[in-house]
Amino acid sequence: MQELTEGQVLKIMESYGNDPQQLIAVLLDIQEASGRNVVEQKWSILASRVLGVPLSKIYDILTFYAMFSTNPRGEHVIEICQSTPCHFTEAERVVGWFEEVLGVKVGATTDDGAFTLFRTSCVGACDVGPVAKIGDDVFGDLTLDKVKTLVKSFRDGQPNLREALICQN
Amino acid sequence: MSKLMSLVSEGAGKVNPVSVAEYVGIGGYAGLRKAVGMTAEQVIAEVKKAKLLGRGGAAYPSGSKWEHLLHIPETPKYIVCNADEGEPGTFKDKLILGRLPLKLIEGITIAGFVFGAKAGYIYVRGEYRKIQKQLIQAIENAKKENFLGQNILGRGFDFDIHVISGAGAYVCGENSALLNSTEGKVGRPRIKPPHLAEVGLFLQPTLVNNVESLSSIPAIVLKGGDEFLGIGHPDSGGTKLICLSGHSARTGVYEIPLGKVTLREAIYDPEMGGGIRGGKNLKFFHLGGQSGAIGSPAQLDTPYSYTDLRKAGLSVGSGAIVVMDESVSIVEYLKGVTEFFIHESCGKCVPCREGNKQLYAILQKLSVPGAANEGDLANLRRLVTTMTAASFCGLGQTAAMALNTAWKHFKAEFEANVSKTAAAAAA
Repeated sequence: MQELTEGQVLKIMESYGNDPQQLIAVLLDIQEASGRNVVEQKWSILASRVLGVPLSKIYDILTFYAMFSTNPRGEHVIEICQSTPCHFTEAERVVGWFEEVLGVKVGATTDDGAFTLFRTSCVGACDVGPVAKIGDDVFGDLTLDKVKTLVKSFRDGQPNLREALICQN
Repeated sequence: MSKLMSLVSEGAGKVNPVSVAEYVGIGGYAGLRKAVGMTAEQVIAEVKKAKLLGRGGAAYPSGSKWEHLLHIPETPKYIVCNADEGEPGTFKDKLILGRLPLKLIEGITIAGFVFGAKAGYIYVRGEYRKIQKQLIQAIENAKKENFLGQNILGRGFDFDIHVISGAGAYVCGENSALLNSTEGKVGRPRIKPPHLAEVGLFLQPTLVNNVESLSSIPAIVLKGGDEFLGIGHPDSGGTKLICLSGHSARTGVYEIPLGKVTLREAIYDPEMGGGIRGGKNLKFFHLGGQSGAIGSPAQLDTPYSYTDLRKAGLSVGSGAIVVMDESVSIVEYLKGVTEFFIHESCGKCVPCREGNKQLYAILQKLSVPGAANEGDLANLRRLVTTMTAASFCGLGQTAAMALNTAWKHFKAEFEANVSKTAAAAAA
């Protein structure tokens, strides 16, 4: 994984016209480009300087919104919905399957830095619960077999394995 | 005869969502074409006649909201669409955003025309990242066809729409928090008054409407308010997108005419919910979101309308219908609901931030035989009252609604684990 460079971060801000009003979008893009799903302190400091926003305000945002992390996470963040429609259609079993297949507990990152496993609030796919959101995609009606396929697909870099499992909008 | 309708969802899943030509092919943009030939007052008169109630959850009359904004002289005015759908059990805005985004774009453009606005914003929850990208594409395509941008339809009216991403905060579904977030700030709610129509986005007069509400506007303009009203209930016209989830046999989004379908039909009709998965019995249903009321099977014959549900102590809310079978413990369910609010409370006020944690602690005791006493039940009731009365915004005010309504139907289950000895010892 290539380290994010100062040039790339400046470019992200430029693409939003260096507009402080676009701070949330800028930070989301920085996080996405980080490869480790993190907004590192040095980029927050840079954004503070370029956008003219106090660093405290940037951390206000980073710690308020659930999608941000100031600690490095796995390249792929796996989030299992725990809201009631999923929870009572056995989301906890799905958590168990991922823990088993990944070999880590919820909240932890695999040793190779590929995956972090979390629980999350509703992702708006209750019709196919229990669901997992991985990156921008949602996977529903999960079974142990599907969980194994998904992990393999991401680990081996074979997106075709998971294409059929992605929930359409 | 089928009771399902497609007043708002017509074409969803059948057309290429970003294709303006295909959208026009199913009658799209006829509403905007008609609207630009009307005055602002005429359009608003139709919205008022239609009795469109806000579809996001608060059920505020859209016509009154629009009329209020029209009479405010300050400019510029902004149009903001609340697409921060984060209510558990709700995935109906996603249907429009993902499969029929041009319907929403048309509705927002009509609002822009009515209020002489130059800019509209669609605030989409961060979790719908793919949908955001598609929405931006649909907006670009609408611009190419002159349905957005400069001199729209040759009427000398300029209007553009921007897509704003949330970043994972349920409270941003609250309209004032959503405006703060749109401005690039932390999404905590504002104190009201002033009303957002007066002091909204960038402190300017602003219309904030839900996706489904704005997507109903083209049909209202096209058919006229009277016909729209006739489709639904005399107090609230049109249709509602309902979302069946949980143990429903046929989970999904269904569009029904308001007041003409009962809860029983919604949950059991083979074209809608189709009953309970695995042939089990219904224990309860949770309507309108986590902050909505819990209903019992005895209430199944209530017609699904704002008025009828309210009379029954229930509510339409977001349109969520979470169906739970007999295997689910009510206390365990409420623990799930309360955990959600603990996580999503923004922390601004104490009744919500601490109240939910205390509720959870008591529910936890109630789920263990002999752990709770009568004093815990009394504290539970007091907490509900305090949170409802003293929380800063709607999130905290309604966080205990599920518990409060479940109490009515399942009191014995709450009391089942309460230790009598502990009660005696406490006394």
